[in-house]
Amino acid sequence: MPGDEWQPKLDTYLDGELPTEVMRELDAHVRSCPSCVAEVLNRLQLKRAVQASAAKRYLPTAEFRERIQKSITIRRRPAFRWGWLTAATVAALLIAGALTFYVGLQKLRREQVFSELADLHVTTLASPTPVDVVSSDRHTVKPWFQGKIPFTFNLPELKDSEFVLVGGRAAYLGQTPGAQLIYQVRKHQISVFIFQDRALSRDLSTDTPVMRKLSFNAKTWSQDGLRYFVVGDAAPEDIQSLSQLLKKAERS
Amino acid sequence: MSQVYPMEVPEDRVPAATFEELAMPLFDQLYNFAHWLTQNREEAEDLVQETYAKALKGFSSFQPETNFRAWIYRILRNTFLTSRTGLKASMTVPLSTDGEETAILAPANTPEAILIERSNQQLVQGAIEQLPVHLREVLLLCEVEEMSYKEIAETLSIPMGTVMSRLSRARNALRESLRRKIKGE
Repeated sequence: MPGDEWQPKLDTYLDGELPTEVMRELDAHVRSCPSCVAEVLNRLQLKRAVQASAAKRYLPTAEFRERIQKSITIRRRPAFRWGWLTAATVAALLIAGALTFYVGLQKLRREQVFSELADLHVTTLASPTPVDVVSSDRHTVKPWFQGKIPFTFNLPELKDSEFVLVGGRAAYLGQTPGAQLIYQVRKHQISVFIFQDRALSRDLSTDTPVMRKLSFNAKTWSQDGLRYFVVGDAAPEDIQSLSQLLKKAERS
Repeated sequence: MSQVYPMEVPEDRVPAATFEELAMPLFDQLYNFAHWLTQNREEAEDLVQETYAKALKGFSSFQPETNFRAWIYRILRNTFLTSRTGLKASMTVPLSTDGEETAILAPANTPEAILIERSNQQLVQGAIEQLPVHLREVLLLCEVEEMSYKEIAETLSIPMGTVMSRLSRARNALRESLRRKIKGE
């Protein structure tokens, strides 16, 4: 190919954009063509002049660079933020749920205890033989429980009170053996239940819907490892008085 | 100049190579190119700023296996075309000659040799500035950014043939301009 025909391709040749075969051909031609060598040199010089003049002709200011740098710097927002938030929410819900469940369970257990005690009290009074040991003497009633329950207790002296001991019987509350004593004050009969405290829930309150619903008055306390329940339809003051007598007897 | 605020991106949505890592090494070149296009410092800064803002916003759509340099240069060039200066410059693009292989003018003299002797950069800079934008940009992308024809085609969204014809015309126009300047015309 004559030199004139190569010349339109010289720029593309210098840009390295000719196909490999054509590049080889042109390489070989340039070595043997003085006019093409001169032209290649001229174009190369122009390329270098453009590069030298235009590259880094304009430089950005440090202030502008900083501004752009700041504008594109990604403020990394932790991806786990939502994860933690979700986890924390779930945990809070679980804790709240567990607490609600626990409180609900305790309440249910408490209500179950009083419900059972109310049932025991009512069925005892409805029974033709409400007590297994019939005696107003505490020294007769107390020994009767020996061998029947795994603990012992003291009964109050009722000589100067309105209360009368009717008798006693063994009772079971949630498979726990205990004593049920029947006292009478005027026309009202009151049940006193005594169980080992460790066998029962510690969180027991008499202010339960069961008691309110049945119009019973009740009082409970724990003393020397024993749990006392006083349940009856007597006035609250009577329940309170009997409770005081029982507490005093246990301390003596 | 409009204020640019840092963008906040969730960490799990930041690609392995961050935008900053890819874009900041090109900052000087992009600014230089922007200044060559706009011929004005403030406009160049606005152009670069807008380019970075657009590129960052659209970075999630950038395909990692494709050419980031061509991608961000294309954003800059398209942003320039929609700017006031760019719109004005685009009015001068002789579209009818695009894609046509123009005849290469065989230089009768060798202004290049004179340039080397004189080391007159200002002369070359003046000649480049006088080129129409569509020829200036293709020449700068080829000679300064050393982009391949394919990259230039991708950046300017034009066919490779158009790249070659524009490049040829840019060089001839530059050569002619220099020849006139050297002759003192």
